[in-house]
Amino acid sequence: MPVVQLANLVPVAKTTGTNRIVPGFAIPYPLGNPEMTEEQQHQMRRHRIEVCLDALTTPIEEQTVFKVKI
Amino acid sequence: MKKAICYINQFFAGIGGEDKADHAPEIREGVVGGSMAINAALQGIEVTHTVICGDNFMGSHREDAIQQICGMLEGKEFDLFFAGPAFRAGRYGVACGEISKVVQERFDVPAFSSMNDENPGAEMFRKDMVIFEGGKSAAAMRTDAQKMAAYASRVIAGEAVGSAEEEGYFGRGKRHMIYDESLKPAADRAVEMLIAKLGAQPFTTELPIPKTDFVPIAKPIKDLSKATIAIINTGGIVPVDNPDRIQSASATRWGRYDISKMDRLKGGEFKTIHAGFDPMMADGNPNVILPLDVLREMEKEGKIGKIHEYFYSTVGTGTTQKEAARMAQEMIPPIQEANVDGVLLVST
Repeated sequence: MPVVQLANLVPVAKTTGTNRIVPGFAIPYPLGNPEMTEEQQHQMRRHRIEVCLDALTTPIEEQTVFKVKI
Repeated sequence: MKKAICYINQFFAGIGGEDKADHAPEIREGVVGGSMAINAALQGIEVTHTVICGDNFMGSHREDAIQQICGMLEGKEFDLFFAGPAFRAGRYGVACGEISKVVQERFDVPAFSSMNDENPGAEMFRKDMVIFEGGKSAAAMRTDAQKMAAYASRVIAGEAVGSAEEEGYFGRGKRHMIYDESLKPAADRAVEMLIAKLGAQPFTTELPIPKTDFVPIAKPIKDLSKATIAIINTGGIVPVDNPDRIQSASATRWGRYDISKMDRLKGGEFKTIHAGFDPMMADGNPNVILPLDVLREMEKEGKIGKIHEYFYSTVGTGTTQKEAARMAQEMIPPIQEANVDGVLLVST
């Protein structure tokens, strides 16, 4: 069963053997940002979760960090 | 007198705990908080400056933090660099490694640190620098500072030093050429080891093969619109009364909570009990860690088939890899029984 890890400390996720990795925004709020409006945060959260779900459907050959846009 | 510069986090500088973990880098003259113990144990070396940086600042704005700190060190005369001791504090350990690695390369000075063997920073940076094996908590401050300061003093003075194992730091995987008349030739040692191995006798290898964690890559989900997705988090999101009494740090317990009738997690009903960061944002809106709101939208739009009816929760800070592996083994059966096709794991 594939697992995607949304991680702030991407190098730690790599060391512990996670294969599908998506960067989070910050440690206390991986899917939020106090400098954004609620609506912008929602968009950012939605975008990163879409990247996570795409990661679950993408065939990979090695540890992969998927890129996020916001 | 040779000169050293130390790196410590906001906590050991006495600035504050998690609420100050976003503290931007700064440099102060002389010793501050944690660098005092190192200075006291140095021989022929003095600490001229102490760099301070919040753990979250380094974790979340790595490039920026490193650039700022290098700017502060530019033009300063120093012969060696210390970071930590970081004990079992994961973010601090990683920060110590990140900055030490860059300082060694850019300023051509040796860097020394100390971490517990459960600190992820130790495994990540042991090949790049000398990291002494340290205690679990700040109770070991004096001993840990003493170990690395005494060793560094000898290195700087040009004295002979022993192997990683003899000195007490994590092996870097480097082999040094030595000529020692008291040693038997390599061929003899190898044959003796082989005989010991065949006879099931103990022996110590001279070239340990480092272990790496390797997880086989799982096949991707074919059709997301028919898939069931489960959410796990190590950010400590729980119902406000924390019914399973999951610990705020060094967790050994986990819980799962029914979300089948919810469109989002509400502040006031759920909160984080994680002791490793400022909880304000996640308490106000738990979806910033456990994104039920957007996943439920996607479920309604048909992008995903179904969200598994429970989310799973524990706390990642200070939690050992052994405990984490055990908790994962316990979470797997109920997830498999529910025919889950893929897992979203959010770690803070």
